[in-house]
Amino acid sequence: MKAEIRKIAVFVEEVHSEMGKTVSPPTRKAAAVAVIKNPFAGQYVEDLTPLMDIGAELGGLLGEKCVAALGILPAQAESYGKAALVGENGELEHAAALLHPTLGKPLRAAVEKGAALVPSSKKRGGPGQVLDIPLGHKDAAYVRSHFDGMEVSLNDAPRANEIMVAVAITDSGRPLPRVGGLKTSEIEGKDGLR
Amino acid sequence: MPEPKVRKLLTVVEDVYHEGGTPVETPLKRGAILAVIENPFAGSYHEKIDGFMKDLEPLGLSMANRLVEALGGRDKIEGYGKGAIVGQGGELEHGALWHVPGGYAMRGALGDAKAIVPSTKKVGGPGARLDVPVTHINASYVRSHFDAMEVGLADAPRADEIVVALVMTTGSRIHARVGGLRAEDIKGEDGLR
Repeated sequence: MKAEIRKIAVFVEEVHSEMGKTVSPPTRKAAAVAVIKNPFAGQYVEDLTPLMDIGAELGGLLGEKCVAALGILPAQAESYGKAALVGENGELEHAAALLHPTLGKPLRAAVEKGAALVPSSKKRGGPGQVLDIPLGHKDAAYVRSHFDGMEVSLNDAPRANEIMVAVAITDSGRPLPRVGGLKTSEIEGKDGLR
Repeated sequence: MPEPKVRKLLTVVEDVYHEGGTPVETPLKRGAILAVIENPFAGSYHEKIDGFMKDLEPLGLSMANRLVEALGGRDKIEGYGKGAIVGQGGELEHGALWHVPGGYAMRGALGDAKAIVPSTKKVGGPGARLDVPVTHINASYVRSHFDAMEVGLADAPRADEIVVALVMTTGSRIHARVGGLRAEDIKGEDGLR
């Protein structure tokens, strides 16, 4: 099954200063959000395979949109995350079907590599509700400077029979990281953790 | 007055394919660019503030150019609007400082746009949302292009900040069908019809 897309929104946020200190180069995050029809709204359906197929389609589409919006090469992407907000006639499991089985592989292709787990969140809600997309380093989940998040919302989505699917990608960590932990320069990149 | 101090920028582009009707081949694009700047007048009453309008012009122009680029070029732009959210340490009048440079920026980026740029403003806290009105760039009465875009940022404006926003669209509402002046019937003389 192909996604029935009503709209796509792409957000790019640049931080130039924080607490009066210049951030140079600016840290940058992008999020791409697709508002799709929930084919299973209002009913219990046992087999969620069609949503998994849509997850694969959106992982590539939204990942590429983020990379393009940042104007970077795929390899320059540093962290990623994903999330879904299911309209009120859907089920949390619909978000799980979209996000977990198939979305990751094409997303990793869009950022080249991506050894780490893609951090995720999901919930059910209505139009205008805020979705916080968690972020973690794409090759080493323990990189502390890249633990972050990005908020997205659309005033008109999700309608009751829709689902918002979001992917976030950055080319940087937090603006002024200084709480220690594993650094990007220390990544081994083998196990996705360190 | 020094140039505006920018803490962050946000660009948002929506591609709208349908809203219940037949999906369109070329989606409507609605885009916004927001700059979070320091409010040099926060915290106390300043009688003379209008010099800051001139200071905002270069920032406005660079925002408008970035937004035009994000939407596919100046020949694609058909609607526009602007707005401001003033942090709680400021006053509504500080938001009004955006009128002149915001309009200057749009016209600088779009060339010969004739219609007044619709606008809105308010005082608010971090996460406040602003519904920015949108009308046709050459004729305010084009009914199909009356639109709006909601914008905001989770962490802005702080008390001593202002969020200034520009919005542009590439066409009419996605399923516009309530009549009125049509874009193809614009005379384009007075900015209204």
